[in-house]
Amino acid sequence: MKAFAYLYIALDSSTRTNDKVAALVDYFSAAQAEDACWAVYFLIGNRPRQAVPSRKLHEYAAEAAGLPLWLFEESYDAVGDLAETIALILPPPVEVSCLPLHDWIAGRLLPLRQLDDTQKKQAVFSYWNELNPGERFVFNKLITGGFRVGVSQLLVVRALAQISGVDAKVISHRLAGDWQPTAENYATLVSKATASFDISKPYPFFLAHPLEGGPEALGDIGDWHAEWKWDGIRAQLVKREGEVFLWSRGDELVSPQFPELLTAAVSLADCVLDGEILPHKDGAVMPFAALQKRLGRKNPGKKILADTPVIFLAYDVLESAGTDLRDLPLVERRAILHQLIYSIPNNTVLQLSDIVRAPSWATLTIAREESRQRGTEGLMLKRRDSIYGVGRVKAKSGWWKWKVAPMTVDAVLVYAQRGHGKRASLYSDYTFAIWKTIGEKKELVPFAKAYSGLSNEEIATVDAFIRKNTLEKFGPVRTVKAELVFELGFEGIQRSNRHKSGVAVRFPRMLRMRTDKKIEDADSLDSILHLLDRF
Amino acid sequence: MALLEHTPRGLYCAAGDFYVDPWRPVSRAVITHAHADHARPGHAAYLASAPAIGVLKTRLGAHAHIDTVAYGETRQLNGVAVSLYPAGHVLGSAQVRIEYRGEVWVVSGDYKLDYDPTCDAFESIRCDTFVSESTFGLPIYRWQTHDALFGAINHWWSANAAAGRASVLFGYAFGKAQRILKSVDPTIGPIFCHGAVEVLNRSYRDAGVVLPETQMVSEVDRKFDYSRALIVAPPSAQGTPWMKRFGDYSDAFASGWMAIRGARRQRNVDQGFVLSDHADWPSLLKAIHASEAERVLITHGQVPVMVRYLREQGIEADALETEFEGEGGAENDGSTAAAVIPDQDSASAV
Ligand SMILES: [Zn+2]
Ligand SMILES: [Zn+2]
Repeated sequence: MKAFAYLYIALDSSTRTNDKVAALVDYFSAAQAEDACWAVYFLIGNRPRQAVPSRKLHEYAAEAAGLPLWLFEESYDAVGDLAETIALILPPPVEVSCLPLHDWIAGRLLPLRQLDDTQKKQAVFSYWNELNPGERFVFNKLITGGFRVGVSQLLVVRALAQISGVDAKVISHRLAGDWQPTAENYATLVSKATASFDISKPYPFFLAHPLEGGPEALGDIGDWHAEWKWDGIRAQLVKREGEVFLWSRGDELVSPQFPELLTAAVSLADCVLDGEILPHKDGAVMPFAALQKRLGRKNPGKKILADTPVIFLAYDVLESAGTDLRDLPLVERRAILHQLIYSIPNNTVLQLSDIVRAPSWATLTIAREESRQRGTEGLMLKRRDSIYGVGRVKAKSGWWKWKVAPMTVDAVLVYAQRGHGKRASLYSDYTFAIWKTIGEKKELVPFAKAYSGLSNEEIATVDAFIRKNTLEKFGPVRTVKAELVFELGFEGIQRSNRHKSGVAVRFPRMLRMRTDKKIEDADSLDSILHLLDRF
Repeated sequence: MALLEHTPRGLYCAAGDFYVDPWRPVSRAVITHAHADHARPGHAAYLASAPAIGVLKTRLGAHAHIDTVAYGETRQLNGVAVSLYPAGHVLGSAQVRIEYRGEVWVVSGDYKLDYDPTCDAFESIRCDTFVSESTFGLPIYRWQTHDALFGAINHWWSANAAAGRASVLFGYAFGKAQRILKSVDPTIGPIFCHGAVEVLNRSYRDAGVVLPETQMVSEVDRKFDYSRALIVAPPSAQGTPWMKRFGDYSDAFASGWMAIRGARRQRNVDQGFVLSDHADWPSLLKAIHASEAERVLITHGQVPVMVRYLREQGIEADALETEFEGEGGAENDGSTAAAVIPDQDSASAV
């Protein structure tokens, strides 16, 4: 646990890539496979489920520190992070434990969920007493279910490649899919031998960078390939030895949720395709909201299949007949993809993504204006000679997403909460309201939460405003005097019964503060309802 | 009428007709220490501790009318006995003991109980009313020992030197910087200071505090190789073109606020060292208990929290208003204020 806690702290506090890799290399060079597998598992983004409810942890920590609960809450309010507050507030440990990571995880942390309240409390108290503040912080992160590490999978892979001498691409591929933390799996991961291959394994997804400014800087349009950017579920369709597997970008196996895609792939040759799962009916793509009915629903019934059928819109091919094609130029991959899709008889479910052709950037810019009407988010621009890389690599990779401007609305700041990470000491998470006519009266109803889009100076200004204009404190949330108006941008809007406003928006973010507007000038529900028709 | 009262000009003793750390011009000011929010310019007459004179003059100018007393020496002001005792905060920092008709008040100013080789250690004075600061008045603040902390700073510096990169340590120019200079291991490499720090080093040396050899960055050639050097600079230097000359460097910030991860990240430095010249939570409670005061007045920081906690512990506690109150100040790690006045120590700094 100690070594892993040091690693976590090194990764968390360092801003230099080389330092992070060095810390990883140090850790993995010394770690036993039983521990290293857990470290890999957590570092690539897995986290244990919450073992102890947060409310209980507040109480335990106050009691263990011999402080009244209100003082714990004040402290939490100042720190902004539960795991950290507890680590700081507890008295120094009695005896420090040298138990290895896997014993902490498998022997203590995972069983914690099953204990009853009394046993749980006893266990947590005794564990705290064996850990120094840094280790406590990591332990608390693990039991609150909020474990996140400041490192990309790419760096973990780079470090593992460095200590094992195995090619980074091979390690990435071995890690893809539903990788489980066992000593054997770790040994296989860093093994030089090409061991038995799991036929379900997808490849790491290649991601695009947002294009800032116009596309003219990209050079000759003839070097580029444009396609619509759809808003569905990015997925890989893996077909090997006649078996079909569907993986979402979250490395989740989603095959059972989309039986029609598995059926359609029966006549597909062995290959791995990258594409988008989209709800599609009567020849047209349906709004993203329709897809939500299909999410998480295994073996969907007849009615749902008939109401919300899906297609797989293929963008790319990564493997064909057992050969890794990722280093081929995009145009060559696209030709192979074309061949694969059009060889399937009577197929309407596995489709090929359209190429948007334009003789000049100016023409393409005009075409892009249609994005919203087509139900897309904008365009994807890919260099015709680009390879299929790993993750979101440097901008040189040649893949860009060129989104259209979001829809906007003017809304009033009504609640604030502290941010996380860098912004934990500032009020930077906001809830916004718009006007709703209820009977005779107009009332502000909360409508969206947003926490990104402001500069540090703006956040400082808003933070100061919030502190001076707090009407009420409720736990970490402050009710703020309705005074500040913000322009919010968002990607989509839909009706929702779960929201008091009756609508829910996708990806809301702050575009700017409208100091020129009074709260009376903010938008009303009626004025934004017409946006519903546009999406 | 209480012996000391809050007035628009500051904390006032009517019986003795003087103020303690007033913020508007008055005829007589008793000053706890030379940080900018305590020692303001413009008063007709100052009374301060003898060791504070040098730094006070760099702050107030040579013409300020400053009268000094040795620690423990009593001065009668209109029949009120005033004496100063070490507060352990910075060179010359003092607690003000005020006695009148058998009643004793102690105004702590800023203080700490931790070891600091650049100033006299805090002395606990028995009193009836104790006025305590509360900058770090939350139980999340617990300082490490001197050895552990400077062990970590030395380790960071030598690791950087081994990797061939300079070590830039940001800390407030008055107090913090000299404490760092006196406590690091000068055998690791050469030490350089920003001009704002070097001015105060001079005052410290003149007062008899021995500091390791330092050079001003402006005194050496721009092409100088800083790869083994430690550079001590005020926080306002962060991100300025002045930093360019150090080439590849690692930067760190020394402040009590660095105890919090969010504050460390906001600072955007490679390392945060938790080094404060204020009392941490255990020290605040210790000092309050040791004063044996019947009544405690809390100012300068986490006022409502400390008042409520002390009351729950059966101690008569109240808030003492000052001009720079407000949660915002105490929590913001002074990033904006510091940019303007690099070496200011206030509710929002150090
Ligand atoms: Zn001070
Ligand atoms: Zn102060």
